[in-house]
Amino acid sequence: MSERTFIVGTLVSHKPGVLHKVANMFRRRNFNIESISVGPTDERDLARMTMTLTGNEWMAKQLVKQLEKLLDVVATTVLDEKNSVLRELALIKVAAADSKARSAIIDWTNIFRGQVIDASPESLVIEITGTPDKIDAFIELARSVGLKEIARTGVTALERGSDTIDSEKDVT
Amino acid sequence: MALSGAKCLMEALSHQKVSTIFGLPGGQIMPIYDALLDSGIRHVLVRHEQSAVHMADGYARASGRPGVCMATSGPGATNLVTGIANAHMDSSPVIAFTGQVSRHQIGTDAFQEADIIGITTPITKYSFQVRSVREIPGTVKAAFYVATTGRPGPVLVDIPKDVQMEVDEVEFSDPVRIRGYRLNGDPNSADLAKAVKLLSDAERPFILAGGGVRISNAYEELRKLAELLSAPVGTTLMGKGCFPEDHPLSLGLVGMHGRTEANKLIMEADVLLAVGLRFSDRTICKVDEFCPKTKIIHTDIDSSEIEKNTPVDVSVVGDAGKVISGIRTALVHKLRKDENCEWYTRVQQLKETVQAKNNHEENELKPPSILKKMRKILPTDAIVTTEVGQNQMWAALHFAALSPRTFITSGGLGTMGFGFPAAIGAKVARPEVPVVDIAGDGSFAMTENSLATSVSERIPVVVVILNNRVLGMVAQWQRYFFKRRYSAVELGTVPDFVKLAQAYGAEGCRVESLDEFSSVFKSALGKDVTTVIDVPISPEEDVLPMVPPGNGLEQILEA
Repeated sequence: MSERTFIVGTLVSHKPGVLHKVANMFRRRNFNIESISVGPTDERDLARMTMTLTGNEWMAKQLVKQLEKLLDVVATTVLDEKNSVLRELALIKVAAADSKARSAIIDWTNIFRGQVIDASPESLVIEITGTPDKIDAFIELARSVGLKEIARTGVTALERGSDTIDSEKDVT
Repeated sequence: MALSGAKCLMEALSHQKVSTIFGLPGGQIMPIYDALLDSGIRHVLVRHEQSAVHMADGYARASGRPGVCMATSGPGATNLVTGIANAHMDSSPVIAFTGQVSRHQIGTDAFQEADIIGITTPITKYSFQVRSVREIPGTVKAAFYVATTGRPGPVLVDIPKDVQMEVDEVEFSDPVRIRGYRLNGDPNSADLAKAVKLLSDAERPFILAGGGVRISNAYEELRKLAELLSAPVGTTLMGKGCFPEDHPLSLGLVGMHGRTEANKLIMEADVLLAVGLRFSDRTICKVDEFCPKTKIIHTDIDSSEIEKNTPVDVSVVGDAGKVISGIRTALVHKLRKDENCEWYTRVQQLKETVQAKNNHEENELKPPSILKKMRKILPTDAIVTTEVGQNQMWAALHFAALSPRTFITSGGLGTMGFGFPAAIGAKVARPEVPVVDIAGDGSFAMTENSLATSVSERIPVVVVILNNRVLGMVAQWQRYFFKRRYSAVELGTVPDFVKLAQAYGAEGCRVESLDEFSSVFKSALGKDVTTVIDVPISPEEDVLPMVPPGNGLEQILEA
């Protein structure tokens, strides 16, 4: 079976220890998760996790079933990439010692629809939002002038249209 | 009602109709042990916490009711770990209560603090830590509900000492709601129809029954379906006892140490109905060579087991009993009684051929004859537990289980030392039937201190030690796969198990012949104290047949 990247969205109980239970299952079942993002939802008791992993179809199915087996997991779905919107946010600190470097970075930031959110005599901090590919591309550019530090949130995603993660449907 | 956490726990346990707790106290669980005195619940004191879980597990498997055990924080809790993992692998409803250091001490590496939630998360269905008295009634209710429903399994409840002592208003009537808990009991009718279609067209159907049949108490349904289909029935180790092994359609164990006829016939089947099992590597051996030409129907209540270990043609997620009866109801109208009679003849012929080859009546003191003798002596409803290793596989092969919940063994984890405490737990659950632990000398040594519990708590069982003075299964593998280079398997003649038993106040006997064994065994069954029967056997004795690791089910090493 061929390998590809899967994006899995899941709703979990919003209480202490749940991230551990989910992460522990990944390790226990040998799933290699590339990114994970967690945050609260409109419901006070629920948090949403978005994970990406590379693997085959079988692995994705197993991941969903193993997630659903956890008592703290309320709903899980594999997001269809074509039918979803996905975004990641990155904060990137770039060395900008001279004006030439500084203007190049600002140009690129504009092209990537990013923002300069902090500046010091030696560096700039850029905020970029987009798909992971777009962020990768910006990082490559930043590297050419002097990349100092990166903080990425990992992908978060929603399905397009009116479908929601907990609407009744066959998720496997 | 205002109660201390400890009293609240006792009240919650009595709501769950808990009559016995197996355990051992320590500093951080003392308030609970104090409340226990006034609770009316029987406490069975162990000498090592591992035995407490195994006892609770044996109790659960023998009775179908959840088993309860208790330990203090830190080392008490970590001593439970092997037993919890064991119950998890074999889907046994065990509930473990552990003391914990007080809330303000959690995370400070306090005396006897262990992160038991972190440690047990991967080996429980759920691990709860209560943080207030008010949480206790709901948590206990949820713990029993989770442990006993769906695919059963162990649950741990960790209670900090200050919560045990704090007094607060509590409410016992609140319902339990666990949003993320899915109970897949009812099979999907479209999936069921696909299974029915395959089975109604089958010429050589085969049923493989696992522990799910026992959990669902679906023995009668299974027997009726097998008879309707004229399908032979093989079992996994967990399924042993789900189908009477004296039935003409019974083939016994399938797998690495499966019976030759069972392993051969499963590979000849055109349709395999696998019920309540997870296709463990010990059952299917080499995955690629498992039933390559057979249409496989897999049914289990745990949807994550479907296609986890092997691809299948049709899957039905649901309770074993509901699935079997659903299939049978649909098939009754489609099948004639005498259908598949050619297959039935083939099954009977192969059974006779294999059995004729093995059935030389021996009067020697060898495991097969000892186990067959035990079967003749014991009533059908007697409970047998086993340790792990050669003793276990000999028992699986040569001791016929005739009724459900009478064969209790550590399958998935393969825990040496399980059988004896499990026997004690089973005897507590079913005091009216004889309980026998079929042991090896290596395994028995691991939990032999349970002799103290069995004697002082007056829970009499019989331990039959097939004593070969080696770690027999490892020695067998070293004989076959490591050129007879024996490494770290020789145990020698220590201890003297007769004297050991006597030191604990139990009875101990050594037998030298099969006749002597018979008479000692018979009299042991009538005693009100535990008896240890030391049966010396040859250290060179092998468990055969065997499928060597890495081979398909048909590559059988025979005796």
